[in-house]
Amino acid sequence: MLSFYFKPIEFVKNLKYMGIGMLGVFIIVGVIMGATYLTGYLTSKLARPHDDE
Amino acid sequence: MKELLSLFDGLLAFGRDGNWKMIVMWIIGGVLIYLAIKKEMEPTLLLPIGFGCIIMNFPGSGAAGPLQTLYNAGIANELFPLILFIGIGAMIDFGPLLSNPKMMIFGAAAQFGIFFTLCMASIFFPDFRDYASIAIIGAADGPTSIVVANKLGSHYVGAITVAAYSYMALVPIIQPPVIRALTTEKERKIRMTYKPKNVSKATKILFPIIITVVACIFAPDAGALIGFLMFGNLIRECGVLDSLSETAQKVLANLITIFLGITIAFNMTASQFLNVNTLLIMALGLLAFIFDTAGGVLFGKLYNVFAKEKINPMIGAAGISAFPMAGRIVHKMGLKEDPQNFLLMHSIGVNVSGQIASVIAGALILKIFVPML
Repeated sequence: MLSFYFKPIEFVKNLKYMGIGMLGVFIIVGVIMGATYLTGYLTSKLARPHDDE
Repeated sequence: MKELLSLFDGLLAFGRDGNWKMIVMWIIGGVLIYLAIKKEMEPTLLLPIGFGCIIMNFPGSGAAGPLQTLYNAGIANELFPLILFIGIGAMIDFGPLLSNPKMMIFGAAAQFGIFFTLCMASIFFPDFRDYASIAIIGAADGPTSIVVANKLGSHYVGAITVAAYSYMALVPIIQPPVIRALTTEKERKIRMTYKPKNVSKATKILFPIIITVVACIFAPDAGALIGFLMFGNLIRECGVLDSLSETAQKVLANLITIFLGITIAFNMTASQFLNVNTLLIMALGLLAFIFDTAGGVLFGKLYNVFAKEKINPMIGAAGISAFPMAGRIVHKMGLKEDPQNFLLMHSIGVNVSGQIASVIAGALILKIFVPML
């Protein structure tokens, strides 16, 4: 006898994890993005006086 | 006579205990080897997995002992996938991404398939350890799938790993129809000029360190995955460890891949693998890849609603972490629509950001579900 678990209501129950997960990914990637822009900006600023020489 | 018969113990045991399920597993192993050699689909992994699948499926197979030793030594403790990440990190050039960091946001959007599949898998699997692990197939990243499934203690590590690697190889078949279905011809023809910015060496060196620090602060569970990936990248970019970088990219990655592939097959015994749930996992894995692609493309379209400078929404699909296939597919599709439309640098930028975002998504899944164990 083939037993088969099927509970569509679980989809709705787990939607909160979809929300938390996607929000979490966007926040962390956003922070990394900001840090990357900042690093690029700072390193280019530091490198500029050297380039002028 | 008894001694003579004892030489054929294996054959007799197969006749006695053997069943059609083992023969089916040989066929599955054969198909994986065929796909690896004839179709060149992820041959470095599918071939060892296929061969391992065959040797594991004999009554009293002597291969089980050594493979279990390898499994305990390298997969159960997540060592092999993590070491492989050093090699992968050493292979990735983050230059295109550093040149245009806003591309990272598309890598994040393309993780939608993971969380959508989590919800879908929960309909069919009662145990959160299983449905959370199945969802991570959508990371399109073998090592992350293995680490998450192992850490959560899923019952389906073998099927999840096979699904992750098989679909990574099938990205060129899965993605184009989804992208075409979600975009208009006009959108696919949008040109994106590539203005490469000079990325300083200091930025390239600081980038892996910063990513590791940020990831470890926000998602400590990503510490190992991100840390090993970025360590490999730091070796590549530091400029003083060229021989180590070369070793990580080639020798180390190849060595681990050999052991990883054949060891995964330890979980591919007929009793564990041949059931309806494996088929379900395969179907859910496909769903994860489809919704990853859709998430990236739709986010690209949403971005265009607000952006002054429009982007080609197809590049969102490259946010799936399968590197570099997803990036190349988008580039090829762009060229097909308009032979003067070169999207490669943009799509590769999104693609490497997908690599980072998929690891973060894996870490978040661990953060959510590990406390429930």
